[in-house]
Amino acid sequence: MPATPWIAPALDAQLKIAIHDKMALGRATEEMMIRMMRTGHGYFWIGGPGEEGFNVPLGLLTKKGHGPDYDYLHLHYRSSATILAMGAEPINLLRQMRATATDPYSKGRNFVNHFAIKPWNVVPVTPTIETQYTTVIGTALVQQRHGGDGLSYVTGGDAGSAEGDFWTCMNWSTRPGRELPVLILVTQNEFGISTPANQTQNNLRLNERANGFGIRNACVDGNDPIASWHALVEAMEYVRHERKPYCLQANVSRLYGHSSSSGANRYDEPDCLGLYEQRLIRENLMTQAEIQAVWDKHNAQLAQDLQIVIAEPMPDKSHVLQHVWHEGPAGN
Amino acid sequence: MANLAQAIRLALHFGEENLGVTDIFGEDVGAPLGGVFTATQGLKTAWNTPLDERGIIGTALGIAYAGGKPVAEIQFCDYIYNVIDLLKLCGNVTWSSAGEYHVPMVLMTPVGSGIHGSMYHSHSFESIATHIQGWKIVMPSNPKDAYGLMLSAIAEPNPVLFLAPKALMRQKGAELIPGEPADEKTLHNMIDAPLGDRSDWQPNWPPVEDYRVAIGEAKIARAGTQLTVVTYGRMLPLSVNAAETLAKEGLDIEVIDLRTIYPFDLPMVKASVEKTGRLLVINEDTEVTNFGEHIIRKVLDEAFYSLEVKPELLAGLDVPGVGLAWGYEQNSVPQADDVLAAMRRLATERA
Ligand SMILES: Cc1ncc(C[n+]2csc(CCOP(=O)(O)OP(=O)(O)O)c2C)c(N)n1
Ligand SMILES: [Mg+2]
Repeated sequence: MPATPWIAPALDAQLKIAIHDKMALGRATEEMMIRMMRTGHGYFWIGGPGEEGFNVPLGLLTKKGHGPDYDYLHLHYRSSATILAMGAEPINLLRQMRATATDPYSKGRNFVNHFAIKPWNVVPVTPTIETQYTTVIGTALVQQRHGGDGLSYVTGGDAGSAEGDFWTCMNWSTRPGRELPVLILVTQNEFGISTPANQTQNNLRLNERANGFGIRNACVDGNDPIASWHALVEAMEYVRHERKPYCLQANVSRLYGHSSSSGANRYDEPDCLGLYEQRLIRENLMTQAEIQAVWDKHNAQLAQDLQIVIAEPMPDKSHVLQHVWHEGPAGN
Repeated sequence: MANLAQAIRLALHFGEENLGVTDIFGEDVGAPLGGVFTATQGLKTAWNTPLDERGIIGTALGIAYAGGKPVAEIQFCDYIYNVIDLLKLCGNVTWSSAGEYHVPMVLMTPVGSGIHGSMYHSHSFESIATHIQGWKIVMPSNPKDAYGLMLSAIAEPNPVLFLAPKALMRQKGAELIPGEPADEKTLHNMIDAPLGDRSDWQPNWPPVEDYRVAIGEAKIARAGTQLTVVTYGRMLPLSVNAAETLAKEGLDIEVIDLRTIYPFDLPMVKASVEKTGRLLVINEDTEVTNFGEHIIRKVLDEAFYSLEVKPELLAGLDVPGVGLAWGYEQNSVPQADDVLAAMRRLATERA
């Protein structure tokens, strides 16, 4: 059965409320995982609080499914809200945070927010912050030949875009007559761990690098989910139908610093959730009480999830030998 | 008889037609050249990439993720070093995703010395490669094995590194590949592109057949009883020649062609050492942290009490490069007389 064509849903009141729900879920999940790190229910934490305003629209606009008719996702480690917006169960993120045997993404092998979900074309997230910009070429190439409107998108941080792989991606996706349906996404939070962007980037609009390749590009305020939605719709429509690359930068906050290594304390940066909630109230789409109810619902669910997860088994030592080799037939 | 480059080409053609190969790509891999050793000439899925090794490996991994079957090439192994983290990623995807994804890809690259290649066309890569877990690593020493190993590599669901000994690329085999025309001139006219303008040229592929050399299976290239020589690639014909020469001196030497470097055929090596009591490992790679040291260690673990004399490794000198002047290369990489001398010494050493 051929996949149905992708059509961006209308951004109506109901969808605006749904976006808030997923943003709050993303934030509540990350904050729960930070608490897990602090209370000994996990080791290292790294994630995406502060990026929900961009990552939730991205997840909701993803053409979700398996195979080249659907979008391939080559994700950065701050993509929790994208995956949750697509329908991932938050308990599974908690499992990876705790490194349980039940962690469906890596069976306790990788850090939190390192997903691998084949039914949704989410290729393994890897800690190498640049390689996703080259693997995206391969899936996009298969899609280019396959036809349809599926695209491949890649997300990465501003500092990581200094790696050659970022340029490789732009170069390979613009070979004349062989352009690729790649959506190149960069999240600009003006830091790479501790190094401020003004020490390493001569132009904070990294998307403008794409001009040198003739790639259409834009920059959006990632703290504004409505603006992000529209920017993503424009970018995706272009890539899906023109079958050519597009580069979109989202300016985002890093609300809990780089990772648990820097303490995971709250920083005073613009918060997409607070800003969006004020707007929803201003536009009479939600009341403060309704917003509070959303938070209460997610927090209660996560508290229950945590109790389940901490009772689950850890991988057995002998499991280390599993999956070194794939034993079945070839083919993803 | 096909030469090694032709054998690879025939295998890739068979892979395109029968084993689902979707892409054969790398620098100068597509038309008009078809690879610097012509190993990819005339293949219907071969294409030229930008001069960008990182792009090549990342693309291969992406194609594998999307259900394709890529065969990528790094033009010379000397240029593979800037993709090590991508090779590591290819090798760890299955494990790190607990089996969610796997990586059916082949990476081929020419290795080794013997063509006056100097600093960046002479080096070996197998020892470093064996430190990148999750890969299988093969290296043929003759065209028929190259054909059979390539088909197995293509059918393998895990990443396979196919190391082609560049000094043997033009060597013809002693055995026909199943389906190959017996007359080499006929084969040449069928599958080698003409010199000059070849824009209208199409290969006329012979009906080559399915023939596999299983990954992990070594072969006794020459049976013997007094010394076990374990080697592969370019050192294999040198070792067999030396064994034949020494046979005239009354020495009976067994030469094992490893064919798969990882995971290597320990049972065959062990059985041979139990028979001969002596082990010499020969390869071209530099001697420090050389894969041959691992082979010796496994033999010490498993067959120590069978050994009559100390096992030895004959390998490349631990210097930063293979120099262009012939004297440098001769003194950096084992040569025929070094092989002969080491074999004679070890076979005749008093127990
Ligand atoms: C190739 C590579 N080099 C170094 C690191 C260590 N490292 C992890 S995150 C990071 C900074 C990344 O900054 P950026 O790309 O801006 O992403 P952000 O964390 O800000 O989202 C570094 C240097 C790494 N993971 N991968
Ligand atoms: Mg950053």
